[in-house]
Amino acid sequence: MNEVSSSEPDLVIQVEGLVKNYGNTRAVDGLDLAVHSGEVFSILGPNGAGKTTTVEVLEGLRKPDSGKVSVLGLDPWHDGYTLHKKVGVMPQGFRFFDKSTPREAISYYASLFGTSPDAEEILEIVGLSDAADKHFQDLSGGQKQKVGLALAMVNDATLVFLDEPTTGLDPQSRRGIWDVIRNLKKHGSTILLTTHYLEEAEQLSDRVAIMNNGKIIVCDTPSHLISKYGSERKVVVSGGSKMYEYLKSALSFRVEAVDSESVQIYVPSSTDILKVVKAIDESGLPYEELSVRRDSLEDVFIFLVGRMKEGELS
Amino acid sequence: MKPRRILADFNVYRREFTRNSAALFFSLAFPVIIILLFGAIFSGGSGGTPQLYVQNLDTGQLGGSFTTALNQTGALQVVLVPSNASFPQYLLDHSYSAGLLIPPTFTTEAMAGKPENLTIYTNPADASSQSVIGITSAVINAFNLKLEHTSPLLGLSLKSVNEKSPSYVDFLIPGLIGFSILISPMFSMVNISSEYKRTKLFKQLSLTPLTKGEWLVSKILWYLILSAISFIIMVAAGELIFHASVSITYWVIPFMAMGPLFFVSLGMLVGTVTKSEESAGIVGNIITFPMMFLSGTFFPLSVMPAWLQGVAHIFPLYYIINGLTDTMVYTNYTGAEVDSAIVAVLCIVVFMAAVTAFKWRED
Repeated sequence: MNEVSSSEPDLVIQVEGLVKNYGNTRAVDGLDLAVHSGEVFSILGPNGAGKTTTVEVLEGLRKPDSGKVSVLGLDPWHDGYTLHKKVGVMPQGFRFFDKSTPREAISYYASLFGTSPDAEEILEIVGLSDAADKHFQDLSGGQKQKVGLALAMVNDATLVFLDEPTTGLDPQSRRGIWDVIRNLKKHGSTILLTTHYLEEAEQLSDRVAIMNNGKIIVCDTPSHLISKYGSERKVVVSGGSKMYEYLKSALSFRVEAVDSESVQIYVPSSTDILKVVKAIDESGLPYEELSVRRDSLEDVFIFLVGRMKEGELS
Repeated sequence: MKPRRILADFNVYRREFTRNSAALFFSLAFPVIIILLFGAIFSGGSGGTPQLYVQNLDTGQLGGSFTTALNQTGALQVVLVPSNASFPQYLLDHSYSAGLLIPPTFTTEAMAGKPENLTIYTNPADASSQSVIGITSAVINAFNLKLEHTSPLLGLSLKSVNEKSPSYVDFLIPGLIGFSILISPMFSMVNISSEYKRTKLFKQLSLTPLTKGEWLVSKILWYLILSAISFIIMVAAGELIFHASVSITYWVIPFMAMGPLFFVSLGMLVGTVTKSEESAGIVGNIITFPMMFLSGTFFPLSVMPAWLQGVAHIFPLYYIINGLTDTMVYTNYTGAEVDSAIVAVLCIVVFMAAVTAFKWRED
């Protein structure tokens, strides 16, 4: 495979028609991808979608069967050794030597990379200062992941790969990791993140690619994806069939009975919300709860992946 | 190959190892426990009056009265050896540790006023040897006084039975050095190479500038040092506790260098070619255990039936232990040369196989 030259100067990762098979299974099926400098780019997908394989090809850990792959202008498989000095990687399920401490881990990586990072600063950024001298085996799951993040920062990489950095962590540890990722972005790093937590992608990413069956289905900013594929805003009110009957006749919007209790009203714009609330008030009917909902990335994801399963999108 | 990276990886591994009490126990303390145990069982002093095997070839009277005098001290029990026996060999054949040879010319020379030496054979590893020598010397002194000559006529020349027949502990030292060269690198490397594969630690390391060659070299370096420490402990324990006498020359170096190299590579190879940690452990044990017992580690090959001795020749450890025994016990350097050549060839083959099979990343 020849070296791929980036057509746009700020493209950090460029992939065209990537294919990777494991025996008879096609893990990645003609994938195209372009990641710009300085952005947090997330690849979302259900388990087995091919996220990790894609990332491992980009890291130079796996040889692509066909397609063009360029990372920082290098061919990851053939120039892996050069590439690895320039990128930071936190692999899925990061592990380190059981009886080494986070501080020792940083100094080990620094010696391997021939860099002299400020260990204290890195420990501070990832929030490991208090556990800097604990053996890796005695750290909590979140702290272990943070060691992985710390090591991805040792060589001052401009591009950082984070493969499911928060999988298996409790919500609090997850938020701690998010802060670290935001910090990395502030320092100007480009971050490629894979995750199957939709909230994570929504919170952190500039752009999101939703992947299924080895292909990227859609790729855009989270808010564009939501407005494009998500449903309209809806007001949900409890109140049963009487409320349903009343609102259906009183409003010109689409009204649905979700179950025997809840009624939902689709509203095209945010100013219409007040009209609905007013109608509910005027009905004089009793109700327990009233809320306004908007689709999240999760709803979009389920919608898109579900549609793909039905064969509509593929 | 960058020394900086090898050193960094060496230090991480050294810490992992020294912070793991089980690893330290099995690589350093365990062989010492075995040497203490086996040494005490097989070469412990029997207690009671030491026996002295005397072959009296003297044609005159003096030899007989000397033997009687020895016996009368009560500190020794004299056992007469037939005069047609070939003396030092007789002791070896019967595993007697102390013997005295009275030469045919004993009476005639003494009467003629010529100095004469009696030869005493002892096993320095035997706790009673010093008392046997002391008592015999005392009797010789008494005879010298009786003979009333201006200068002592009778002397004692000391010979070691050990020269040809090593004591059990002498033999146990190279055996157990071989044992520690085998078990620690073998078990650790089988274990970590399959474990690091499972936990994807190798994959992680492949994302750093560390090369697999550097990684392997740092492990070999560590086990070289560990084996050298083990060597020193084992020799010291044998010499101090059991009065073993082994000779240490530069000929131990090829074995102490190639042994760890070989077993690090072999362990690596087993851990690499097997699919899971379980199968790696099983294959590792299948290779390690027969080799551990049949290569002359705990007992000499000569006690085993001939066919089993033949089997021993397929084990690389046999050549390492044999070479160390040749060097340290028999000072037979020609034998050591042959053994080291065989080990060198095995080393090259296994090292190359390990380096070839061992992959940082998959296709």
